Amino acid sequence: MEKFISHTGVGVPLRRSNVDTDQIIPAVYLKRITRTGFEDALFAAWRGDPSFVLNQDAYRAGSVLVAGPDFGTGSSREHAVWALKDYGFKVVLASRFADIFRGNSGKQGLVAGVVAQEDIELLWKILETKPGTEVTVDLEARTVHADDVTVPFQIDDYTRWRLMEGLDDIGLTLQREDEISAFEAQREAWRPRTLPAKHLPSVPVEPARPVERTA
Amino acid sequence: MAGTLAEKVWQAHLVRRGSNGEPDLLYIDLHLLHEVTSPQAFEGLRLAGRPVRRPDLTIATEDHNTPTLDIDLPIADLTSRTQIDTLRANAKEFGIRLHSLGDSDQGIVHQVGPQLGLTMPGLTVVCGDSHTSTHGAFGALAFGIGTSEVEHVLATQTLPLAPFKTMAITVNGQLPPGTTSKDIILAIIAKIGTGGGQGYVLEYRGEAIRSLSMEARMTICNMSIEAGARAGMIAPDETTFEYLKGRPHAPEGADWDAAVEYWKTLRSDDDAVFDAEVVLEAADLEPFVTWGTNPGQGLPLSASVPVPEQIADENERTAAERAIEYMGLEPGTPLREIAVDTVFIGSCTNGRIEDLRSVAKVLQGRRKAENVRVLVVPSSARVRLQAEAEGLDVIFKEFGAEWRNAGCSMCLGMNPDQLAPGERSASTSNRNFEGRQGKGGRTHLVSPLVAAATAVRGTLSSVADLDLPADVDLTTFDGSPLSPLAAPSLV
Ligand code: SF4
Repeated sequence: MEKFISHTGVGVPLRRSNVDTDQIIPAVYLKRITRTGFEDALFAAWRGDPSFVLNQDAYRAGSVLVAGPDFGTGSSREHAVWALKDYGFKVVLASRFADIFRGNSGKQGLVAGVVAQEDIELLWKILETKPGTEVTVDLEARTVHADDVTVPFQIDDYTRWRLMEGLDDIGLTLQREDEISAFEAQREAWRPRTLPAKHLPSVPVEPARPVERTA
Repeated sequence: MAGTLAEKVWQAHLVRRGSNGEPDLLYIDLHLLHEVTSPQAFEGLRLAGRPVRRPDLTIATEDHNTPTLDIDLPIADLTSRTQIDTLRANAKEFGIRLHSLGDSDQGIVHQVGPQLGLTMPGLTVVCGDSHTSTHGAFGALAFGIGTSEVEHVLATQTLPLAPFKTMAITVNGQLPPGTTSKDIILAIIAKIGTGGGQGYVLEYRGEAIRSLSMEARMTICNMSIEAGARAGMIAPDETTFEYLKGRPHAPEGADWDAAVEYWKTLRSDDDAVFDAEVVLEAADLEPFVTWGTNPGQGLPLSASVPVPEQIADENERTAAERAIEYMGLEPGTPLREIAVDTVFIGSCTNGRIEDLRSVAKVLQGRRKAENVRVLVVPSSARVRLQAEAEGLDVIFKEFGAEWRNAGCSMCLGMNPDQLAPGERSASTSNRNFEGRQGKGGRTHLVSPLVAAATAVRGTLSSVADLDLPADVDLTTFDGSPLSPLAAPSLV
């Protein structure tokens, strides 16, 4: 994961509340087997609407999403975060996030910053009156700066530290490699191993066939 | 210090205790994989150039997408085939044991672990699937995880986690005839609600739980997630040890003795403190069925479809109205009068050999009701082979049921086994969400015995509605050995 200290990019005002993960990425895209390439799926249902904010040139290259309250509710799909990241978003700001979405964001290096609703309104006003305005999100100072306004945002200490160190969960855990190995060394012998495989003799399994419908 | 079962297992897996908001780091003993939630995890490893840390603690099977007919032919649905091919390629690349379609150890992931003897007391078991709670029946701490966590476990064999809360659910007394562990768990969910277990590990205890077979216990733990819980657990006892003994991966010799000695300590201490407690009397239970679109919307079979106007709580009332409309029901209709189109017997909740035996016992010598389609889908290929060895398949076929290959099948309809829009099923699976069994499909969750009686009569029924001899024991099948998978030698 890349280290995140501060980021400056075009702010996108998304004046909607309760944007659930089905709206962020509809279920049909979940059948994919890749982890990247979800940019086309982001807000898929709205992207067909020419008036949708991301369809306007000034916002198209946005990387800081300023959304309404309760962003990311609904299904726990991590694809929602992948889609935002694949599109190019580095930061989402809202006054409230769904827990699981916020957790998933932290894991994937997307900053989910909690900003008071009146400050969100302030940012919306700036971004709407001057489309294309760049927003600077300073994770170290926990501030958002746009035009002549600077407002604070909240993010928990642990997630902030991890993002600033550029440590994904796995990288972080792998720093504890020696502790994991020490733990493994004292695991009891009875604990199971899948390899080498042990099983009952293999027997051919007859395929079932459709039954003749008599009724 | 006195501890609960869940706390003891947690404690025994602490690689390190977190501080300053940092979560605990927990070691994972057993990681189960299937084709749906693993592809992105493997891709993540590949992108980062990381290997799988412990392929020897990992096992994969194909279940969600697999067809239950014509398993020797290529899979027709392209996305399903791609997911399965991807799992096969990943297993090969990363050196992971995989039981593929057609292999006699293939089956639903939550059946494969226990039947191979890989699921044991005192383990931490994870899988990218919410019904991983099934394995808690052995006294393991078993829970579902997301795809990032799957990747995390593959790479590190650990998970950073904040401790769960604990809830004791005590079921006193003995179950009345004709009721099963499915009725216990449906009644529990109806009582505490689909969010009642949120953030908790549920520990099921009490006389009624102790007297259940291992497979019946799995049914209960399986549906813990339907109450919103992270996991469900039952303390191991002789029933657990007996089920495990002699299974392919069960410990042997001195290891077995050491294990059993430890396993016997895996129970909540008498003075352990739970964050919440619930008590139920088994004697009050009747066969339970759901009428709505979440597993908490259930009632005893003798009741009627609720009348929304009589529900005081506004949220519950609107939820009931919506559910009744989706289900195409008339408020006030006795549940026994609801006619179904399909009976589905299977899934990781109730597709095991004991379930099939008790169903066969009810169906033996009868014919299915006209216009009802009956699908019997064993939870694994081994279960299928065992059922065939016992002649159960013949009983099912003579009854007019379709006897299928193993897999998740109509539990979620990712394969061709689906309900048509508006079609109604009595299903032994675990979720009655809108469209779960096929777009527009209507699901009533039931026990295997209710499913069997319903298949005979065509309307939701219990075995009491059939003229079975009073002394018939529906929990065992004539003279068949209790250990379904006992066989002479291992390979
Ligand atoms: S049988 Fe159903 S609940 Fe069980 S693993 Fe398969 S899809 Fe999930």
